[in-house]
Amino acid sequence: MRAWLQHHVLSFAQTLARLARSPFATVLNVVAIGVALALPFGAYCLLGNLESISHGISVEPQLSIFLAGDAAKADIAAVEARLKAAGGVRAVRFVSRETALVELSRTAGMQEVVASLRRNPLPDAFVVTLAASDPALADRLELQFKSLSKVAHVQADSAWVRRLDALLRLGRTAVILLSALLGLALVAVTFNTIRLQILTQRDEIELCRLIGATHAYIRRPFFYLGSLLGLLGGVAALAIVLAALEVLNRDLVQLAPLYGSDLRLRLPNPEEMLAALASSVVLGWLGAYLSVSRHLLGIDPIR
Amino acid sequence: MAIISFSQVSKRYPGGFEALKAVSFAVEPGEMLFLTGHSGAGKTTLLKLIAAIERPNGGTVLVNGQNVSAMRASAIPYLRRHLGLVFQGQKLLYDRSVFDNAMLPLVVTGQPYREAARRARAALDKVGLLEREKANPVTLSGGEQQRLCVARAVVNRPAILLADEPTASLDAAYADEIMEMFSAFNQVGVTVLVATHDQQLIGKWRKRVLMLYRGKLL
Repeated sequence: MRAWLQHHVLSFAQTLARLARSPFATVLNVVAIGVALALPFGAYCLLGNLESISHGISVEPQLSIFLAGDAAKADIAAVEARLKAAGGVRAVRFVSRETALVELSRTAGMQEVVASLRRNPLPDAFVVTLAASDPALADRLELQFKSLSKVAHVQADSAWVRRLDALLRLGRTAVILLSALLGLALVAVTFNTIRLQILTQRDEIELCRLIGATHAYIRRPFFYLGSLLGLLGGVAALAIVLAALEVLNRDLVQLAPLYGSDLRLRLPNPEEMLAALASSVVLGWLGAYLSVSRHLLGIDPIR
Repeated sequence: MAIISFSQVSKRYPGGFEALKAVSFAVEPGEMLFLTGHSGAGKTTLLKLIAAIERPNGGTVLVNGQNVSAMRASAIPYLRRHLGLVFQGQKLLYDRSVFDNAMLPLVVTGQPYREAARRARAALDKVGLLEREKANPVTLSGGEQQRLCVARAVVNRPAILLADEPTASLDAAYADEIMEMFSAFNQVGVTVLVATHDQQLIGKWRKRVLMLYRGKLL
């Protein structure tokens, strides 16, 4: 048991020494793996941020109901009563055409435009807040309100959120595809690295076979090498992603206040980082496994 | 019981070349003997069959009571741990010291380091290379390199020592040195089988001789 542990430690140390002996090639390998992994992981992080932004918005699903220009006070009251009576409505807020104009003139850049208007072009409107963020409910109410008299137009403010949701779903699929493809690239890189390592150690492997080394003994250092390459590549990928998010955040700090927001990109949490490292180790190991199965066979003196 | 026994063993290589034809013989434990014949007569093939580097096409090879010809691949490493091999073209590793080369069979079989180091030094001492243990094998002479191969072959105290042309590239004095070592191992009970075409050597040592001619034992 102790000898076995000793062997594992020795085998691991030899693997490290082997990597250290060709630092340039090792660094290039690690960078290649790191970049390959940074793409899907970075995309995953950005997508996560977009998702949390979209969730922050769609908490308050709203419908805007614009009335016809000729709607009288009585019409407005009638519409308001119908809106309040409808099921699934939480709040109804009336925005008169005067209030709307004042609000518009407060918006940056619109002041002069508003001042130049001879008459108020805006209609009276209601903003209806729905009780639940349910696209089906929003659709039903939109139809229902459209049919009310003196209602000119109903705008579902959640429509773009839904569009964003669909886009995000597309993004998720893209991230999965990207992960699969670049995971494959990682396997290919370790596969080839291990192949070269096996070729350079051919004499040693042949010799070990002849002096009674088991199959497991000969394969072990290559598994270590593959896993270690995966781990280092994973660390490189994390570093790249964290650095990129940091740079983006620095720009956002200047940009976000201009839009009256304190938007910041969230960094990946420890579980996500651990998962990324674990999967890169597994992929590195897999590359080593495939390479060893493929190439050690050729060196086997047993036929 | 014989430690090595061949019965009706034949070996045909892909392409049809018949290296061994119905070879039968037995070697008693503690025996030392020569295997000779012209080049291409099948000496190396015969040794490879004992070490399970090649498999026979027919017949039975028994080593240490185990049927090597029908052995599972996973059992072969354990068979080889009882064998010391000094083969042609079996290289020394030039990325490590003389000592580490001698250590290799012990490291591979998972011996505890301290005990392994002691035995490696003992083996190097026996072949007269103990002072050179820190040197790189590249700096050794041809005779010294061959002695290092012998040390590596005997370091895990094999029951059987197989040598394929161990004196081929050595001058007479070095060749005698190597044979003296084999004889010394034989005297402590190791079965030694030396393949050589050097008739002078065979004449000098007066041991049993297996003679191969075109794959047949004469």
